[in-house]
Amino acid sequence: MEPINYSEKIPNNVNLAGDRTLQRALEHWQPNYLKWWSEMGPDGSQDFDVYLRTAISVDPSGWAHFDYVKMPDYRWGIFLTPSDAERKIHFGEHLGEPAWQDVPGEHRANLRRIIVTQGDTEPASVEQQRHLGLTCPSQYDLRNLFQVNVEEGRHLWAMVYLLHRYFGRDGREEAEALLERRSGDADHPRILGAFNEQTPDWLAFFMFTYFTDRDGKFQLCALAESGFDPLARTTKFMLTEEAHHMFVGESGVSRIIQRTCDAMNELQTDDVAKLRAAGVIDLPTIQRYLNFHFSVTIDLFGADQSSNAATFYGAGLKGRFEEGKRADDHRLHGQTYKVLEIVERRLVEREVPMLNALNEVLRDDYIKDSVGGVNRWNKVIEKAGIPFRLVVPHKAFHRKIGTLANAHVAPDGRVVAEAEWNAHVREWLPTPEDRAFVASLMGRVVAPGKFANWIAPPLMGINKQPVDFAYVRFN
Amino acid sequence: MSCDGRLWVPAFAGTTGVLREFSFIVIGVGRHGVATFAGERVMDAPTAPGAKDVLRQHLIDPEICIRCNTCEETCPIDAITHDARNYVVDPAKCDACNVCIAPCPTGAIDSWRQVVRTDAYTIEAQLAWDALPPQQDVGAAESPDIPQEVARITAVATAGQGGAAAPPWSAAHPYVNLHTLARPAVATVSGNFRLTGEGASSDIRHIVLDFGSTAFPVLEGQTIGIVPPGADAQGRPHFVRLYSVASPRDGERPRYNNVALTVKRVTEDHDGRPVRGVASNYLCDLEKGAAVNVVGPFGTNFLMPNHPGSSLLMICTGTGSAPMRAMTERRRRRIALKEGGELMLFFGARAPEELPYFGPLQKLPRDFIDINFAFSRVPGQPKHYVQDVIRARGKDVARLLQDDQCFVYVCGLKGMEEGVTEAFRDICRHYQLDWDVLLPAMRDKGRYHLETY
Repeated sequence: MEPINYSEKIPNNVNLAGDRTLQRALEHWQPNYLKWWSEMGPDGSQDFDVYLRTAISVDPSGWAHFDYVKMPDYRWGIFLTPSDAERKIHFGEHLGEPAWQDVPGEHRANLRRIIVTQGDTEPASVEQQRHLGLTCPSQYDLRNLFQVNVEEGRHLWAMVYLLHRYFGRDGREEAEALLERRSGDADHPRILGAFNEQTPDWLAFFMFTYFTDRDGKFQLCALAESGFDPLARTTKFMLTEEAHHMFVGESGVSRIIQRTCDAMNELQTDDVAKLRAAGVIDLPTIQRYLNFHFSVTIDLFGADQSSNAATFYGAGLKGRFEEGKRADDHRLHGQTYKVLEIVERRLVEREVPMLNALNEVLRDDYIKDSVGGVNRWNKVIEKAGIPFRLVVPHKAFHRKIGTLANAHVAPDGRVVAEAEWNAHVREWLPTPEDRAFVASLMGRVVAPGKFANWIAPPLMGINKQPVDFAYVRFN
Repeated sequence: MSCDGRLWVPAFAGTTGVLREFSFIVIGVGRHGVATFAGERVMDAPTAPGAKDVLRQHLIDPEICIRCNTCEETCPIDAITHDARNYVVDPAKCDACNVCIAPCPTGAIDSWRQVVRTDAYTIEAQLAWDALPPQQDVGAAESPDIPQEVARITAVATAGQGGAAAPPWSAAHPYVNLHTLARPAVATVSGNFRLTGEGASSDIRHIVLDFGSTAFPVLEGQTIGIVPPGADAQGRPHFVRLYSVASPRDGERPRYNNVALTVKRVTEDHDGRPVRGVASNYLCDLEKGAAVNVVGPFGTNFLMPNHPGSSLLMICTGTGSAPMRAMTERRRRRIALKEGGELMLFFGARAPEELPYFGPLQKLPRDFIDINFAFSRVPGQPKHYVQDVIRARGKDVARLLQDDQCFVYVCGLKGMEEGVTEAFRDICRHYQLDWDVLLPAMRDKGRYHLETY
């Protein structure tokens, strides 16, 4: 058999060809990755030519190289943003020291854990989304799904590169394990809860890419501040791709809302049954999906008080969102932050040491960012002249992690009794009937320029191509 | 004769080499009229007295933007900022370097409005927008997207087909005018090789320019502008010269940020009087490692189709063939994909030794490209012009003209235009087709592209 030329096969700017050990390690891992992709990657897509964006270098012109690619032949590359020899650690106890180019022994276990946790989400989302191609609402959307999928694959490569390059045998074992866990598998689940949920339909997919990939953005932003320079440089480049995923989510939900509003105005009704009969997704259902995905995603930030978060920060492993832009001492000793807890059936704020509350800090930054997009969705509704507004639920709503886990809190932030929760939960979270209805709309539309009835076409195509461009060739 | 063995040009062995050469065209700024002198046609862009200072203002479409911060992160001069509502571009800072365009996941970044410079939308105004304002009438005579002189030359070049035709539906989106006269890209010469034989009357060169880390994306059929250094006898800067790229979009060397030009050294004018073309001699004399100012890319119409099964019918003479080489090479690199479609080339020159890349061209597989040469000055042989060979292949040409998947490209000197059109007309007559119906139909579908000079 022809040996694979890895330096040729894997676009990279890390001088892969110059590191035989690393190259051998990846030679060993890559066939397993491709096996995983063929088993768990997008269902039935192996022979399609897809109009994809491939990163071929880290400079702006290299981020967006568009061409038709067969997905198994996608060139998953390894890219780090250029290094800055002067870069210093800019937070925590090592503030002012040169950034680490290698893993400091005392932080090895923690760094590995951070990288594995991040890395595990990447194949997980591919697994969660693997059947969606069978019910795509258009070629355009199918292409966007596949773009998201291959980039999640590339992010896995990015994390595996770090594991192989810096963590020796442990790293290689972790890299193998990343291919062995399965989303939703009872025996070998993915590490984080939200990544074991199903993504059964396209509304869920768009909500996932809007909310859950935004969690990815915030985690990556926090890691891009890391004192471990290779991690910072890897995650910084991953962020450019993450932006596309959030675009898919934000514009996808927006287009669903647009279509629903159009139908409401055509039919002059807000009657859910009539709208469902007309084949569009009613706004209250969209609100319930939003509630679900938002609440599941904010759990991903972890417990509101966490000594691990304090350790990661103090050690310089993981910063805050936009750490470099903040004007404080970047050590945070003696500073406090408000977290929520329930006292006598009321939510109250309590001041705790900020170092222990860094998960909550990141969660609050995330919430602020999420609200922005929801407001933009509301603009679509407002423009259509419809008196309905989507609302981001209270952050205590439907939590499973931290102090607020399993508390009964309504979307408006009222602590309610279990009876009231049970009486209203069907108004707050998607019901099996909601999901069945949305699932009933999911039929495959693949004629160029045609869109399923429940979603409006996008405002513009990908890479300035027309909306009816042949984004996927089915061969 | 063949170039084999004598010429070694890296990374294009086995490719077709054809060339379009514009070095006899000089475009001036600041003077009026069109003049021909010294073998170089001069066209000037008249400057409108009292014209308003129009700015092509870079904006971000708030309806499409998802506030991902990629543009702000990318901007090398911090011209982009945001609040909780919008991302906006500071008109006082943005120099339209376009580095932010490609990374934007939504396309919102690629929004522009012509405004009178003093009335540019302020950051504060942009921050309050829910949607982009409509384009106001600013009295600009022409789109400032493309320099006036480039618009002029394009108009002349495509006059033969009644103006620029639509590009093929599956053409890739071209970038244009990324680098302006005010801010040219600086390329490095990474190769300069003579292509024509020792005995040939012309010195045609293959020049490779490397853009290093500067973005300069070009598609086959696009042109780039070369700015020769120095000034003319009157002390004015030299005019821009346009050259068609001879390499495919992924670089002369695949995945390198370089382009190839095919440049003929101009030593005499159209009437045979000795003259020294400024740009062509500048380029032909460049040594490896030299720096060159480049503007562009230009051209949004003369582009190749990208869909599988599309065919190319290419007709060129001597200096008109660079885009054909680029397109052919693009297809050659994708042979393994078995995308179908056929390539047919008609290539006219005085003699084989005058024909750049003659050897590599002949090595291309017959089932990949159907090549038809026409030589007009081979001793002892009758003169063959390109239209003669087209007529001889009438049956295949008629079939391709009627094939909706076939796209036709004609490029060369003005003189070839009439002959080629007449050949098409004759063939149509013979096969019961109406050229006068077929031509507009082809143009509407982006299937007919003619550029002659």
